[in-house]
Amino acid sequence: MAQSPVVQSRSAYAAAAPAGAPTLEVRNLQTHFFTRAGVVKAVDGVSFTVGRGKVLGLVGESGSGKTVTGFSILGLVDAPGRVVGGEILFHGQNLASLREEEMRRLRGNRIAMIFQDPMMTLNPVLRVDTQMIETVQAHEKVSREVARQRARDTLGLVGIPSPDERLKSYPHQFSGGMRQRVAIAIALLHRPELIVADEPTTALDVTIQAQILAEVQKLCAETGTAMIWITHDLSVVAGLADDIAVMYAGKVVERGPVSEVLDTPLHPYTEGLIGSVPSRNKRGEPLRQIPGMTPSLLSLPQGCAFQSRCPKAADICHQTPSLERLLPERDARCFRPHLPEAAA
Amino acid sequence: MSATTAPVPTPVVVQPPKVETPFRRMASEFCESKTAVVGLVIFAIIVLIAVFAPLITPQNPYDLAQLDIMDGRMEPGTVGGAGFTYWLGTDDQGRDMLSGIMYGLRISLLVGAGSAIIACAFGASLGLLAAYAGKRTDTVIMRLVDLQLSFPSILAALMILAFLGKGVFNVVLALVIVEWAYYARTVRGTALVERRREYIEAAQCLALPTHRVIFRHLLPNCLPPLIVVGTMQIARAIALEATLSFLGLGVPITEPSLGLLISNGYEYMLSGKYWISFYPGIALLVTIVSINLVGDQLRDVLNPRLKK
Amino acid sequence: MSVYLLRRLFQSLLVMLAMSVIVFVGVYAIGDPVEILISPDADQIERERAIKALGLDLPLWMQYLSFLGNALRGDLGRSFVFNEPALQLILQRMPATLELAFGAMFIALLIGLPLGLYAGLKPNSMGAKVVMTGSILGFSLPTFWVGLMLIMVFAVQLGWLPSTGRGTTVDVFGLRWSFLTWDGLRHLAMPALNLALFKISLVIRLTRAGVRETMLMDYVKFARAKGLSPARVTYVHVFKNILIPVVTVVGLELGSTIAFSVVTESVFAWPGMGKLIIDSINVLDRPVIVAYLMIIVLMFITINLLVDLAYSALDPRVRLENK
Repeated sequence: MAQSPVVQSRSAYAAAAPAGAPTLEVRNLQTHFFTRAGVVKAVDGVSFTVGRGKVLGLVGESGSGKTVTGFSILGLVDAPGRVVGGEILFHGQNLASLREEEMRRLRGNRIAMIFQDPMMTLNPVLRVDTQMIETVQAHEKVSREVARQRARDTLGLVGIPSPDERLKSYPHQFSGGMRQRVAIAIALLHRPELIVADEPTTALDVTIQAQILAEVQKLCAETGTAMIWITHDLSVVAGLADDIAVMYAGKVVERGPVSEVLDTPLHPYTEGLIGSVPSRNKRGEPLRQIPGMTPSLLSLPQGCAFQSRCPKAADICHQTPSLERLLPERDARCFRPHLPEAAA
Repeated sequence: MSATTAPVPTPVVVQPPKVETPFRRMASEFCESKTAVVGLVIFAIIVLIAVFAPLITPQNPYDLAQLDIMDGRMEPGTVGGAGFTYWLGTDDQGRDMLSGIMYGLRISLLVGAGSAIIACAFGASLGLLAAYAGKRTDTVIMRLVDLQLSFPSILAALMILAFLGKGVFNVVLALVIVEWAYYARTVRGTALVERRREYIEAAQCLALPTHRVIFRHLLPNCLPPLIVVGTMQIARAIALEATLSFLGLGVPITEPSLGLLISNGYEYMLSGKYWISFYPGIALLVTIVSINLVGDQLRDVLNPRLKK
Repeated sequence: MSVYLLRRLFQSLLVMLAMSVIVFVGVYAIGDPVEILISPDADQIERERAIKALGLDLPLWMQYLSFLGNALRGDLGRSFVFNEPALQLILQRMPATLELAFGAMFIALLIGLPLGLYAGLKPNSMGAKVVMTGSILGFSLPTFWVGLMLIMVFAVQLGWLPSTGRGTTVDVFGLRWSFLTWDGLRHLAMPALNLALFKISLVIRLTRAGVRETMLMDYVKFARAKGLSPARVTYVHVFKNILIPVVTVVGLELGSTIAFSVVTESVFAWPGMGKLIIDSINVLDRPVIVAYLMIIVLMFITINLLVDLAYSALDPRVRLENK
């Protein structure tokens, strides 16, 4: 397991980080919710890295802890939840140990987030210009006019026609796709180094989804922005991401370059996910599905959380597996991985 | 390499799973607020006092033969002519305030709960009917509700009593007329949501009789908000009855409720004889507060929008 | 916009008409003013002359029609007791009641909004629990009893504030107002606080509930994700959303505040419409009762209309089309 010494410095972190270091490195992140019914370990061992200009696809079913991972990175986990362990290294600086005001200065500025439901992310009673200008002014001391200029340019950038007029509109006057573009524009206002996108296209039509995906991909490549794309949709990840991390019950169970993971999944869960995607060349065959249900995070079984649904489960699976490097650039959390003959 | 952790599986202690019925969950959530539990206990005590008032009071305050005008306006703690101590003093007619309050509670609770139950039955039925029948029935009923609700309770009650005169029955009637609309609106709102649910469709597909669909399927699912509104309305009814009596439009003067006791003490208060108005007010206050504490917690427990 | 307004006005007229029938029938069909107004010693001829003079011998529907016709000309009858036009009697006393009601609403917002915001933002703090328990108390305290206790403490025991009346008034636009003089303010303080008590609790609870629901919204989280300061999130993103329901309810409550002032006015002998109506009910002065009710209904309808307009101005989602 790679455990390089961490360069930690509270100030001037970007300068202190070694050249070529990843934009974000998450190490064994643990975010727990202390509820009435017990401790819910929504995120319990998530590790991944995202490099400059790269897109990481964070994949999993609902309830697997993807969104909470995203919120943890931005320091937006609300009570009764909190980050209880692990490190979130942004250019080598641990975000988990930042004070709230320091974190606030990063949010929306160097790290931005896009939410799932565009109908809910814009404040219904504030005009679009208000919501954009306040974002500019939260991080830069510029006049309203300059901020408005920036807002208008950014709206144009994400493909909103006649941005001057649209600035004066209220969110309800936009369609869902347009609202998501506005939300993306807000995220882009400060040219962030990292964007956490939480299923930003799930609520949209497929055609709109494709447009937005293409534009986001272009923007990332042009600006060097790293991106974490949270989704449950493997087909989105396949076209967009460079790397993939698959989550199950709060843990990353497999990670690696996207094409390799999709071609030769190591973890039976990843295999199951891929098998349940409908595709043209499997027409006529019955869709495979993963049997059973996601276990409740309150009563996880001893050992591997996937064992009850796993076709390859054995006695050893009652013990707890750890994330291991099984192939070059490929990690999985499994005692009985599906290793390709040649590579093994 | 892979089997690094937990080589010995520890035996798991199997705990019998607690069956979580909705009622048990609500009860345990309700008990989370200590204030609410205290409110419930106090309210239970008040009800007991009201029920058993004739057995525990030293005097029957409605029996004029037992009242001694010579004992009028005595300070709390004085021993009166009848030989027992007036712990809370007496009013101008020599009525023991403690006994008066206990009997007054009977009337207040009776009027409050009675009117709430009648109004609930009446209002909930109309609300269900409006939601289920829809169309014109709905419009007519809801216009009535709007009309009623646009009119402040105190005014409506004042008018009705002005037309009908005083008396316990008329007060209850006025309170029912004032309150039914709250129940109707609440039930209709919930029922409109519920009747689009699949289980109603299912019940209709089974060709169950309409009354059965309404009362056995729809009504139980409308109960939570109804309970909350009902609790609050009992408190409101008690307060309103007291106010009406204070204004001289409520229960007759021979059988004073808490409001009337307070009203009787008004003129003596300016000369420093505070207790005639003060203690019945405290009793009224404690009653209403305890009900509201319970209702408040019920609302939090039964409100699905605040569920985590 | 104009279509909407016209429709609303038409609805309002219908409600007015319905209320006039209800009130008229209620007041005139039940209870007999002759018993109260005419001395029991009066002989038959005197009685009949009085009945004729008051128009009480006509059939009910004719009485109603003449009432309606007169009402449209601004004549709501003459008070049996004061022998003055009922409308004039009420309008004379209206400034006192309005003054009291607006004073109470002002106090309610001044105290209720900050406390509700605090309780909503820190729902588990000790302070929030104190505020919320206090608001239950505010709901539970019977207004008239609190009024008595206020008088007992501040007027009888401490002697700080006068217990009855309006104090010195100033004439502005031909109407008398108390709040412009120090003495008038001293007279206004206790009744207004008394009347405000219930509304304070209401505003606290509305604000708190609004804050709690709004805080869970995605757009609040998104606002935080944009790196806005907590103050901006609270006072712009959360507060502006809460203002809508609070303004609506407080606006609607103006009517009920005016109505509930009957209790406060009775306790503090405040010479407003409320005191007049209680006195009139006690002597069955029908024209005054009817006139009072019609005025109140008119006020309610106007308030509802204004609140609707204010609501649409604040919430762009319900902003009226084609304005």
